Amino acid sequence: MNMQTAITMTAAETALVDAYNAEIGELPGEGAVLSARDTLLADLKKQGLPTRRVESWHYTDLRALLRAVPAFDSTAFAEKVDPLVAGSSVLTVLNGKADAKGAPVGVNVRTYRESLLDGVAAADLIERDPEDAIGRINGSFVRDGFEIEVPEGTELEQPMELQLVQSAGQSHSRFPVTFGANTKATVIERHLSVSDAASLVTVVSDLILDDGADITWIILQQQGVSDSHLAQVNFDLGTNAKLRLFVINAGGKLVRQEVHGVTTGEGADFKLRGINLLGGETHTDVTFTLGHDVPNTTSTEVIRNVLFDRAKGVFQGQIRVAPGAQKTDAKMACNTLLLSDDADFSAKPELEIFADDVQCGHGATVIDINPTHLYYLRARGIPENKARAMLVNAFVDEIVEELEDESLIETLEAIIAAWLEKHA
Amino acid sequence: MLEIKNLHARIAEDGTEIIRGLNLTVKAGEVAAIMGPNGSGKSTLSYILSGRSDYEVTEGDILYNGESILELDPSERAAKGIFLAFQYPVEIPGVATMQFLKVALNEQRKFRGEDELSTPDFIRRVKEAAARLQINPDMLKRPLNVGFSGGEKKRAEILQMALLEPKLCILDETDSGLDIDALKIVADGVNALRSPDRAVIVITHYQRLLEYIVPDTVHVLYKGQVIKSGDKSLALDLEANGYADIIDAAA
Repeated sequence: MNMQTAITMTAAETALVDAYNAEIGELPGEGAVLSARDTLLADLKKQGLPTRRVESWHYTDLRALLRAVPAFDSTAFAEKVDPLVAGSSVLTVLNGKADAKGAPVGVNVRTYRESLLDGVAAADLIERDPEDAIGRINGSFVRDGFEIEVPEGTELEQPMELQLVQSAGQSHSRFPVTFGANTKATVIERHLSVSDAASLVTVVSDLILDDGADITWIILQQQGVSDSHLAQVNFDLGTNAKLRLFVINAGGKLVRQEVHGVTTGEGADFKLRGINLLGGETHTDVTFTLGHDVPNTTSTEVIRNVLFDRAKGVFQGQIRVAPGAQKTDAKMACNTLLLSDDADFSAKPELEIFADDVQCGHGATVIDINPTHLYYLRARGIPENKARAMLVNAFVDEIVEELEDESLIETLEAIIAAWLEKHA
Repeated sequence: MLEIKNLHARIAEDGTEIIRGLNLTVKAGEVAAIMGPNGSGKSTLSYILSGRSDYEVTEGDILYNGESILELDPSERAAKGIFLAFQYPVEIPGVATMQFLKVALNEQRKFRGEDELSTPDFIRRVKEAAARLQINPDMLKRPLNVGFSGGEKKRAEILQMALLEPKLCILDETDSGLDIDALKIVADGVNALRSPDRAVIVITHYQRLLEYIVPDTVHVLYKGQVIKSGDKSLALDLEANGYADIIDAAA
């Protein structure tokens, strides 16, 4: 007799399965795409959403935290907003529907819907590993997104904005992007919510940087207070390729942003800069893994967290250095400013080093406002509240300043200042 | 302008009494030098005047223009015109120097019911003051005091003072860490602010600074009290003979 107990499905798990059964006829793709979707959904049904017993989800018990999942809402309405930086080319995904019209000249863009319809996408719809719940959910439901190719040698003068605007229901998008050799570009992946209705948004971006590509990718997440946001960026860095990835979380109810990368070419350099502005009763998780797979590659990761109210935050950072990947230089730091006794932040750094001539380090700090700094500002006539706000701002502004692009810096500073003003 | 009466104060954390019955009067227009051996309470006095919460006043009073300031917080004291040039100016990463100057200036103006300065007006004032103090404009693009040399930090303090136009300026060992050229520049900056409606308190170990900022009065602080007051000749006397005779005479 089989003694295995059947898992009772949670409301969210049931809603996901129901949504799949209801929508599968509408989701693009047949044949291999459809069978990939079925496989992923079968895994989801079998394993359920991950709990704290799954190591990579230990601090974000998705099964407990994801209380409900809204049904797909085909009547929801959302429209394009102004780009973050004037002059950007904007590719919109409005409530999950992509429009490739705004593609910059010289960049090849088609909607991911087309890739799903012609079956090219089938190969993407796999799990990274058995714990890849985001890949599983996104792959089951993915409806659109963009397949982007920036041809060799292309330098984009203006940022390219991927603008995802959500008003209700669910949206599942994918962005396979290839940056050819010696390309240079700034991409802004921007997540907005234009209503208070609960949404579930998942997104997976797969970035390939060919030799010498120099790319800045900025994720600005400003979803609504009821929204669940599950996102993943995967990247592969070729010889001398440079990727600067900025992750700014300033919204959402339940947020998990995963970043997974490998350096596959010597001289590759990766920078992760994260700002988590956390308030209310929210849960935000940034989980990062990087494999230094070849010699002479470098990375630095700096995460700054500001917590108010009863917010919970998580940073997991794992750096692996493969056997033979000598001269790897990797430094990771996670600094947290806890501004409420009820807020909570967990930091879990991990180094797995299988080479002997490397430099790897990590540090995590939890701090309060520095009283000497506060006194100095007050001694110059700045009232305490204002001085405090300046210091909180300064804590995260150090990260923003690294962007170098003045208009981008100013815009992000304004967003951060507005968020802090609202929550402080 | 400033009247300190029988002031007693201690370190808040451990209760150590530092100021033990200090009396001092400084009139408008006056430059008063405070000298004294290490540990006599000079820097503590400057912190207490600025309102630093690490110290507690247990007895006595501090009157500024006839009103007690003990209940005012540091920003209110600053807005009322009390300025402390720090011995060790604080580095604050992430706070841009120009933004800091502008906020400080405008918050003080707001407190006094004055209009905020327009950005062009503000920038013009900073540029003029910086030029007088031979401050490289690039320095102002950096975060507040971050990466400044010792001399640059002291000059930046005087720049803040020139912009904020306080009525009571307290210079806490502004000469320490300055070479002779920087000392002259800083002294010129202070002298430019001398006026009949402004008082300056110069805290120093050495006579040297007082050759450039000539004081009207000199006060010797020892174990938290003023044990001797005199004119500028007292500083010369101290330079020649040290503190021992005065301390013995007071004992």
